[in-house]
Amino acid sequence: MKEFRVKIEVKLKPVVLDPQGKTVLQALKNLGYDEVGDARIGKLIELTVNDGSTEKVKERVDEMCKKLLSNPVIENFEVNIEEQNA
Amino acid sequence: MLKFGIVVFPGSNCDHDCYHTIKHVLGHDARFVWHEETDISDYDCIIIPGGFSYGDYLRTGSIASLSPIMKSVSEYASAGGAVIGICNGFQVLVEAGLLPGSLIKNASLKFICKWVYLKLENNDTLFTSNMNKGDVLRIPVAHGEGNYFCTAEDLKELESNGQVVFRYSSPAGEVTEEANPNGSLNNIAGISNKEGNVLGMMPHPERCSEGIMGGEDGRAIFESLISNLHQKGRVKKEA
Repeated sequence: MKEFRVKIEVKLKPVVLDPQGKTVLQALKNLGYDEVGDARIGKLIELTVNDGSTEKVKERVDEMCKKLLSNPVIENFEVNIEEQNA
Repeated sequence: MLKFGIVVFPGSNCDHDCYHTIKHVLGHDARFVWHEETDISDYDCIIIPGGFSYGDYLRTGSIASLSPIMKSVSEYASAGGAVIGICNGFQVLVEAGLLPGSLIKNASLKFICKWVYLKLENNDTLFTSNMNKGDVLRIPVAHGEGNYFCTAEDLKELESNGQVVFRYSSPAGEVTEEANPNGSLNNIAGISNKEGNVLGMMPHPERCSEGIMGGEDGRAIFESLISNLHQKGRVKKEA
């Protein structure tokens, strides 16, 4: 059994309006950061997972994302897996 | 007498309002049903009340939608049982997949608590048959995530099947952008499933079912439901 650190980024789909991102964008512009073109806000979820292989972890975490961690109607997710050294 | 089951999750807070309306205003039997229970076969209707189940963690309604009782509610609904989700209850029903779409943050980013007007778009559901299409109801909303969103395909299907039951409107029943409090697609305030036995709505009919509350337009929804449940013969024999 190995230990893995899993980072899951959950982002609103591009077609979903993100009023929070828009407000943050406006605030950045108010601070003078005119170079900022867009801002979108998502979530970062970190898991520690004990399993046999990266492939197995990927399969299970994808399932977790579809069942609970993201809402496929409005969100996309990206999974990043790192094996921890014993 | 009909028997209503009111589901209680940790963080539900409109459960007592529903209980009061069903029991004391409408004179039917109401029972609280804890989310860990699984046998709901004895109820004529299940109400998923408003509140902040599980503190709205992750996404509104997401954790509650995985509670043991929701599997039973899903089976109950498939068998034709009447289910109404109000506010957070609506959010739980979409997360549980009983209704399509999702409720995202209000376009204004603000929690909105005010009276709104709803235009009745479909009176061919268990919950609206005592009213006429085009009727305007005055009912309060209180939510931070009531902005109805769904895919373009789902929206097309909802509209063509007449599943949009209520739309935010002006007092005269005009569906305008100004009348939309939260940014919902097509001013959607409430939808049903295809069969018309599951209703989800953001406004709170249980908060306006008697004059002392400042309005009683919500009552017509419960009264429609009650007459339909009597007709359907799902009423259990009183002991």
